[in-house]
Amino acid sequence: MSLMRVTSPHAHSGQSTAKVMLQVAAATIPGVLALVIFFGPGVLFNIALCTGTALVTEAAVMKLRGRPVGFYLKDYSALVTALLLGIALPPYCPWWIPVIGSVSAILLAKQLYGGMGYNPFNPAMVGYVVLLISFPVEMTRWVAPAELIHGTPGLGETFSLIFGNMNVDGFTRATPLEIVRHNQSTILAQLYEMEPMFSKGNIAGVGWEMANFGFLLGGLFLLFRRLITWHAPLAMLATLALLSVVFYDGGSSLSEGSPLLHLFSGATMLGAFFIVTDPVSGCTSNRGRLVFGAGVGLLVFVIRAWGAYPDAVAFAVLLMNFAAPFIDNYTLPRTYGHKAARKATDLEEQ
Amino acid sequence: MATPSYSEITHNGLWKNNPALVQLLGLCPLLAVTGSVVNAIGLGLATTAVLACSNLAVSLVRHQMPETVRLPASVMIIATFVTCAELLMKAFTYELYLVLGIFIPLIVTNCAILGRADAFASKNPVLPSLLDGLMMGAGFSAVLIVIGAVREIIGRGTLFSDMDLLLGPIAENWTLPVLGQDYSGFLVAVLPPGAFLVAGLLIAAKNAIDAGIERRRQAEVNIVKGSKRVRTTGKIQ
Repeated sequence: MSLMRVTSPHAHSGQSTAKVMLQVAAATIPGVLALVIFFGPGVLFNIALCTGTALVTEAAVMKLRGRPVGFYLKDYSALVTALLLGIALPPYCPWWIPVIGSVSAILLAKQLYGGMGYNPFNPAMVGYVVLLISFPVEMTRWVAPAELIHGTPGLGETFSLIFGNMNVDGFTRATPLEIVRHNQSTILAQLYEMEPMFSKGNIAGVGWEMANFGFLLGGLFLLFRRLITWHAPLAMLATLALLSVVFYDGGSSLSEGSPLLHLFSGATMLGAFFIVTDPVSGCTSNRGRLVFGAGVGLLVFVIRAWGAYPDAVAFAVLLMNFAAPFIDNYTLPRTYGHKAARKATDLEEQ
Repeated sequence: MATPSYSEITHNGLWKNNPALVQLLGLCPLLAVTGSVVNAIGLGLATTAVLACSNLAVSLVRHQMPETVRLPASVMIIATFVTCAELLMKAFTYELYLVLGIFIPLIVTNCAILGRADAFASKNPVLPSLLDGLMMGAGFSAVLIVIGAVREIIGRGTLFSDMDLLLGPIAENWTLPVLGQDYSGFLVAVLPPGAFLVAGLLIAAKNAIDAGIERRRQAEVNIVKGSKRVRTTGKIQ
């Protein structure tokens, strides 16, 4: 009989990082599918370029740091980072946008801080923000859904948009959030009738609502598989909904947009289920996750309504990443045998 | 404390104890005005001049300064020289003065200067103090210029743009389009995050070079001619 000495934990769910990451990747399928159906295959090119660059960067850094390359590539964390960045980028952007973004995400945000599990900021969001502040023109041109223009770019056009000099302006329109943001003089009910983006959709703009619905489905799958907890997403969505109810003011021309618009447009659902739930850069305890999610929801609404950018998930997540260690300190769970929870800083003083 | 030799002072200021890379002093101007080479050179020159003059002055009066007012007195001396530098820049490089703005008067609060006045000049003779001021200033300026150059190249694709602000009409056409005319610019490099990133990478590079030198020195020490190391465990290399 062989007696193996195994250290605790003795019971675990059988998950490994690689398995979790692959399931997260699979959960993005409905959302990506919706993006492809409404905005054409541009997002797939983004994902391919991001994934390729991210894996090459990760391998190169591992080689430089003298770590086993294959072992770290096989945990698929770089793949998920690249996937989320690729989804967040505007489709049909020039090829160097995803390349620079993925290098920033993997090299600056992840590996310079120590690699997998050590990054204080969400790598995909760092990559996105680096691009957004560096190349505002390229990063704010979203193609319109196929229904609103005579079809999205074909395959040849896609290539010349991404690798050639073709300008994407002929295919772009304002996004739903931008339309409501720049609306000064029309009451919302009228705007929804006039603007084909809304009149041809159901609640929050053609294409956008379905993409968000897709990411919601994927998020529910992650919840069902217990890969994420409900705390952070629910706190974020509830805060966002509550604030948009407060500032809806019945839909006047100065309205900040309906709750449904805020919940189902922009990057809300992608952020709520795939970004805010990041176990590394987010909070650790359930109470902490509630605070973290609520903070993200608050910042998303504040920046969308009164900030300089139409969407805000990336900025909100990065700002809350700063606060995560602080929140963790005050939301330490009560340990078994103690009457009350204590602060982490108090424990260190003893 | 014995006064260090001149070569030691030089090595300290330029490399071993570099105010920007090792002491991390004066980070505010270091990060704020290094968006281009011309800004970096302008601020570097002003800082070096103030640093050398204040070190000289503080060292001259070091025996007359009572312990209780040492810091206020040093600050007064530094403020005097900063005012001089500010007036000189206003007189001769007015456009650059406008670009650098508040960061010229702010040299008063640059802790690299007060730090050297207090840590070195108030304890050492005049000539070493002057050299220390010059070398610390040169080390600081060198880092400023490197950061400025990197940020300018990455952020705008040019090098030595607007040099006429500092050197007059001769330098009007010095702008080098390093990365080509149609480079659109990687804006993050000229924005504040770029300053932190470049400064951090420079510090990492300096540490890597130091570690390399140390490794080589160790390797030389270990090899003794005619003997062979005997190891009882592990792999013999």
